[in-house]
Amino acid sequence: MKILAVESSCDETAVAVVEDGRKVLADEIFSQVKLHEIYGGVVPEIAARSHLEVIVPLADRALKTAGLARRDIDAVACTYAPGLIGAVLVGVNFAKSAALALGVPLIPVHHIRGHIAANYLAFPGLEPPFVCLAISGGNTMLVDVRGYTDMRVLGQTRDDAAGECFDKSARVLGLGYPGGKPIDDLSKQGRDDAYDLPRPSVNDGNPFDMSFSGLKTAVVNLAHHAEQTGQPLDKPGLAASLCRAVSEMLVGRTMDAARMLGYPAVAVAGGVAANSRIRADFAAACQAAGRTLYVPPLRLCGDNAAMIGAQGYYEYQAGHTADSSLNAYATMEL
Amino acid sequence: MTYITHSESETEALGAEFGKALSPGAVAALYGQLGCGKTAFVRGMARGMGLRCLVNSPTFTIVNEYLEEGKIPLFHFDMYRLGGADELYDIGWEDYLARGGVCAVEWSENVPGAFDGDEYAVRFEKTGDNDRQITIEGGPGAC
Repeated sequence: MKILAVESSCDETAVAVVEDGRKVLADEIFSQVKLHEIYGGVVPEIAARSHLEVIVPLADRALKTAGLARRDIDAVACTYAPGLIGAVLVGVNFAKSAALALGVPLIPVHHIRGHIAANYLAFPGLEPPFVCLAISGGNTMLVDVRGYTDMRVLGQTRDDAAGECFDKSARVLGLGYPGGKPIDDLSKQGRDDAYDLPRPSVNDGNPFDMSFSGLKTAVVNLAHHAEQTGQPLDKPGLAASLCRAVSEMLVGRTMDAARMLGYPAVAVAGGVAANSRIRADFAAACQAAGRTLYVPPLRLCGDNAAMIGAQGYYEYQAGHTADSSLNAYATMEL
Repeated sequence: MTYITHSESETEALGAEFGKALSPGAVAALYGQLGCGKTAFVRGMARGMGLRCLVNSPTFTIVNEYLEEGKIPLFHFDMYRLGGADELYDIGWEDYLARGGVCAVEWSENVPGAFDGDEYAVRFEKTGDNDRQITIEGGPGAC
């Protein structure tokens, strides 16, 4: 089954063709990051307009890359939530039109389910159940993946996402947007014990829930104190200490969850999985615990449409299709 | 009215008191720098309005919608990424105003043209690492 998949929930407009949930025939991405650097963030109106301009030529290119004609497509999948509403709407409406014109099923896919499914593309042997930590600029979620479409959120952030913590700290340190990569790069020149940063925990209720707002505030306070006292801020040391703190909060909880559920497999997904400290700490923790770690290659960690095509296949198998009344949603539970 | 809080949970409790008194259509414009407790205040507003759902930062998606049966909806905006009021209208700001909910707007300083004078202005100032001075002014008919 060949699925044409569309992703447009934030910075990237992406179109892919995926066969049977596992084989990528085409994976086209148009990134708006360069456009947004000028503004220091995502500007919705520009994002939506830019998605609109590139989505049709991108779909044509994806078909060409895959060596397919339009009639070869068996279904159309799209991200319908969560995301920047104007941006998601572009992908949803394109997918609705395409499914209608081709006379094939329309499959709505939750963006975070797509990130988790990126692992199916990277690792042909991986099957549920496994524990997956989904970490991105907008989400931080620890998920019990019991089946391809049967998932339970074990814990999530109560305030900021892990990637948001990097983005906002980068802004305070004058490193630009997006902040994940510059902080990662800078951290390699610093000591991870340069600053004693908090590891905020959520004391009431769920032990798998997380909080990153206090960490961001600690970075703001350190930068503010340095400015007021005229003391130089050790930026590489702060970046390294921040990466260490975020990594410890994420890795510890994920390994606890894997132990609790007795799953041999641990997966990581989302753009923040590109962080080298987090990758290294997961590798060490999984080796020590005798569990197998799955982290997709960088290209599949960021937003892409191939992951939507992968999850779309399993949603279709489960009967999760939509008609042309499908809407886009800014907020949606997994 | 000016309040002093000494922790995130006190800021949340103040938000809850504020949220209890809100009617459909109320708009709270929040002003203050990174890490001064705006999201915690909005979480309190949600609790005060009887909403039990998860309230986290909407920075990435611009708006979180908190909808629960039998409760006034709360629309939680974060204008951190916006360049000005023009973009606010493009994300459906006016549609949200017409939906009969309460709007809480973080980083209102980025969208000065969005308000009509009937909004509550909630200003956050960091007076210490954990201390915050929070001023609530305005509201329907205040001008």
